Formats: sequence, C-alpha cells, structure tokens
Amino acid sequence: MPLERKYARGRHLRQARSLSARIAIYGALFLWTFVCIFPIYWTATTSFKIAPDVMRGHLIPWLDYAPNWKGWRSLGLSPDTILEFSNPRAQFLSRFSNSLICSLSASFLAVVLGSMAAYGLSRFNYRFGFMKNQDISFFFLSQLILPPVVLALPLLVLYKELAMLDTLAGVIFLYTLMVLPIVIWIMRDQFNSVPIELEEAALVDGLSIWGAFFQIVVPVVIPGLVASFILSMVLCWNEYFFASILTSTHATTLPAMVATQTGSQGVGWWTMAALTGASILPLLLVGIFLERFIVKGMAAGAVK
Amino acid sequence: MASNASADDNTLFVVQPEKITPGRRRMGRALVWSTFLLMLAAALVQALHVEGVIGYGFDNWRPLLYAYCLWACAIAFSRVLIFGESGKRSLFVLPAVMFIVAIVFFPLLFGLYVSFTDWNLSSLEGRKFNGLDNLRQMAGDPYYWNALTNMVYYVLAIIVEYSIAFGLALLLNSEIRARKFFRVAFLLPLMMSPIAVSWMIGKSMLEIRFGPIARFARWLGWESPTFFSSPEIAKFTIMVLDAWTYIPLMMLMLLAGLQAMPKEVLEAAKVDGAGPWKSFWEIVFPIMLPVSVTAVLIRIIFKLKLADIIIAVTAGGPGGATDSITSFIFREYRDRSNVGYGTLLAFVYLIIIILFMTALIRFVSRWLDRPA
Repeated sequence: MPLERKYARGRHLRQARSLSARIAIYGALFLWTFVCIFPIYWTATTSFKIAPDVMRGHLIPWLDYAPNWKGWRSLGLSPDTILEFSNPRAQFLSRFSNSLICSLSASFLAVVLGSMAAYGLSRFNYRFGFMKNQDISFFFLSQLILPPVVLALPLLVLYKELAMLDTLAGVIFLYTLMVLPIVIWIMRDQFNSVPIELEEAALVDGLSIWGAFFQIVVPVVIPGLVASFILSMVLCWNEYFFASILTSTHATTLPAMVATQTGSQGVGWWTMAALTGASILPLLLVGIFLERFIVKGMAAGAVK
Repeated sequence: MASNASADDNTLFVVQPEKITPGRRRMGRALVWSTFLLMLAAALVQALHVEGVIGYGFDNWRPLLYAYCLWACAIAFSRVLIFGESGKRSLFVLPAVMFIVAIVFFPLLFGLYVSFTDWNLSSLEGRKFNGLDNLRQMAGDPYYWNALTNMVYYVLAIIVEYSIAFGLALLLNSEIRARKFFRVAFLLPLMMSPIAVSWMIGKSMLEIRFGPIARFARWLGWESPTFFSSPEIAKFTIMVLDAWTYIPLMMLMLLAGLQAMPKEVLEAAKVDGAGPWKSFWEIVFPIMLPVSVTAVLIRIIFKLKLADIIIAVTAGGPGGATDSITSFIFREYRDRSNVGYGTLLAFVYLIIIILFMTALIRFVSRWLDRPA
C-alpha cells in the first residue's frame, strides 16, 4: 500500500511539473508571438488613426477609437479615392511595380544562373587554370562576404558611363549578383541529394548532358528552385542600400521611397503607417502562405 | 578527362562520340580572340574619344558592355567547338562566372584606383592621384575607428541573438499545438525590410511622446524614455532592432538542425535518466554544433553589412555612437561627396572582413574537427 501511494504521489508530482512546464512553454511562445506581431499590428492600426488617436495612444480600433481612412486617402488607396486619379497613388504604384519587376527578374536570373552553376559544380570536375571545383565554389560563395559598400561607388560611376544609372536593368543585375551566392549555396545541396544514377540512365538513353539536366534533374529539384527563388525575392524586395545610391527618380524602389518619406518632417503618422504597411504587405502574404518554402530553403543551406 | 571522372565517384562520366577536327578547334580559338580584339578596339576608340584625341566615338561606354557580352558568348561557344560534348560541361558554370566577373571584377579594379585619388564630387577639378594621403587621413580619423569598434559590438551582440534563436527553436521543436501558427508568426519579422522596421519600431513605437513602448517605459517608471540620446542606449536600441529582424534567420536554421536530429538519441538519454538541462548540454548542443556554426557565420556575414536601420533611424548619431562602417561611408559619400576617401575606407573594410572571416572559418573548422 505505501509503495503504491508513493508511486501515485510521484505521478502527481510529475504531472504538476509537466503542467508548469507546459505553461512556461506556451507562455514563452505567446510572449514571442506578441513581440513579433505587435509592430505589424501597430502599423496596421496606426494607418487608420487620425492625430488625436495617435496623441492619446489609442490601441484598439472600434473599441477606443474610430478607424479613419485618412492615411490611406493620402496615398489615394482609400475606398472613396480609389477610382479617382491620384498623384501619390500613381507614384506609389510606380515604385511598387519597380520593386516587383526588380525582385522578380533578379530572382529569376539568379535562379537560372545559380542552379546551372550549382549543378555543374555538383556533377563535374572542372579545371580552369589553377581553379578546381573547390576554388570555383569558394569564388562564388565569397561574393556573399563582399560588403555592398565596396561596390557602391565604383558601380555608380561605371553605371553612369554605361548609361545604366537609374535604370531597372542596372538594379536587376546588381540584385542578381547579391542573391546569386545564396542560390548556388542552396541549389548545390539540392543537386548533391539527387542520385547520380538518374542522369546516367538518361545519358545511356541518348540524352545530352543538357537534355538530362532539363528533362530529368530540374523537375526533381523544383521545390528547391522555388525555395531559393522566394528567398531571393524577399532579399531583393527589402534591399535599400543600392537602391538609394543607384536610383534617383525613374527606377526608385519601394524601400527607397519609404526611407525618403519617413525621413522628411511633417508627414503624418497615418500616412507613414499606410505607406509602410503597403510596402510590407506583399512579403507578409509571402511569409504566411509560402512559409514552408522559406523554411526549406534555409534548412537546405544549414543542415548538411 | 577520364582520369578526372574516375578519381571521384560522384561525378558524371561523359562519353565523347564525335571527332573534333583541327579546323574546328582553330575556329573556336579564332572566335574568342576576334571578339576579344573587338572589345579592346571598342574600349580604345571610346577612350581616345573621351580624351578628345579623335573626333568620332560612341555616346557612352555601353557598346563596350555589348562587346563583353559577345566575347562571353564566343567563349562559351568555343568551348563546345574545341572540346565537343565534354565542353558542354563548362557551359553550366561559365555564365555565372562571366556575370560575376563583369559586375564585381571591373568595379573592384576601378574602385581600387579611385581609392588612391582625392576625388571629391563637389570640387570642380576632377580626380587626381594622391598616393597614400587617404590612408594617412584614415589613420587620423577617429570616426572611422569608432565605427569599427561599433562593428565589434554589433557582431558580439550575435551571441545574445544566437541564444534567443536557439531557445525559440527548442520551443518550436517541443511538443506543442499549432506549431505552424507559431512558426509563421516567428518568421514574419524576417519578411520585413529594415527600412520598414526602422519606421515601424524605431521611429514610431519608440517615439518619446506617443510611441507605445515609450509609454510603457514611462508607466514602468522611466521618466524620459529617450532611446536614441545617450550613446550606450542608442547602440543597444539599434542592436535590438536588428536582432528583431534577423533572429528568425538563425532560428529557422537551428530548427532545421533540431528536426534533422535522430530522435533515438534523446530517448536514450531520457532512459538513462538525464534531466532536460543535462541532456541539452551533453547531447543536443554538441550535435547541433555544426549547424550552429553555419547559422552564426551566415548571421555574421549579414551583420557586417548592417546599415539600413542605422541610416534610417539615427543617421549614425548621437555623435557617431551607432555608426556602422557602411552607414559611415554612406554619409561620407552622400553628405561630403568625398568619393576617393570613402572608397578607400570601404576597401580597408573589405580587407579587414576578408582577414577576419578567413581566420574565423579556419579556427572554426579546426575546432570542429578536433576529436571530442
């Protein structure tokens, strides 16, 4: 009997301890969720505030302040202005499409160039002069270390001489360069995990190397390609440093626009919140709906 | 070629059915050299035109770019002409290499030249070679060294970020409900551009009068919560903002490592009666070491480029206390137009980074290989 009771007490103790552990775990999880989500919530709600709400520090729409379209109206994106012509909206949309074009085409270019290079490095032995496979890999990955500030001014001058300053093409090439090492890093790992027998069978069947690559290998690694594409897109969309140096009027991207707006005095918080919110919204959606690809891309690089 | 392929089992062996005639080889070489000469000619004509020696030329240097592309294509084509089927292998890597050479190699060479000139965009006379003057100026520039020390602090902050990221990864890896929800929520800060973050948090939530965090700090009893006026607090705030954005990066890598870890190991430890604390330090942490090293190295690389938040929130202030190298040089360009000097600073930084990263990678790989 006493032995049984002792066991029962032990079980209670264990249950109590596991309950408190549960509470601690969920407490920590919700705390960090709050830390991550609150700034987004804050931006979203502030975009519907007017001056008194901002000053009184109201936090919850409908409950302690009445939502107002003022911020979005100043961007021309509120329901009553959406159909009329609006200069700020036209400007915003041109920046938005610049960002979209730059990030999509740079990521596409980087994925094409990068996956080809990664495939070559994972499958063949090269020897260009003194450079062997390992050196070529290092050459690619070392681009990741290159700080943007080193390239900024020389590229500014060269772009000017090439008449590529403030053009989308110039920004796209630069962004491609920026994400290329990351794509190669992820894709090399992906190709290494594809069994080589696949292509050997294809070669025996009479396909060329390129045929084997496009028809046999690429379909297998499509998830990896998507992952690296999305990761590249995120990085390009958020890039500010080069955008602020290499563009002035025509090819300005969204972060550069946000930075100039937030830097100037006298712009209301509601406008800024609307602008910032609109600039992060696409990537928030990407993060929510394509999260598994982003996770996959990072996992591919980190875990060998 | 064949010996190469057999040396390593993990490579594709390429059969070479066709016979390549010497004429075809000659044609390949001629193609490369002719396009190369074309590029040189274009460069020469344009250089003479710019210098005013000859009266005709192009409007800008764009034709040189086209000539380079032509040359790159000729090289690629000649590989197939000269080496046949096995030459096609190099076509996989060549485009990426030629691309990087075009956009990194030439700017670096040009930048190296600029960094030894006294070029200032606002002065009327053009650039002039001034030898080691820039280096001497750098040695006596307290703000540059200050920015370098700041970088040291910023990089050291990664230790804290890493522990938080590891903790979060462990949380996400434990048996919880709604794991996907938490994972998405924890990922979201990474989706935000540093510029957006610097307004969302830096400029509005931390604003002294109306920001919610400032209000909260006042409620806690901090009389005047100014986050950017004293150098220490300002530096700390920048670290927090940057950490907020990039913790998910390390967290996701560590999470991937945790999920790839064999479950049996942990269960064996549990059977042996090891508590959670002990099993973490003696089992989980050592197994996770390689992943941790990768995550931290990647994070260091990103951290060394830190600039956007600083440029947008503090512009280096107060008194350069929050400056990173990049933001400092950015202002050197933008406010003082001091192009030659700024470029030299950037190159010195590049050299420091290369030395630092090489030493770090060497050290880490030796440390990881050490028999436990």
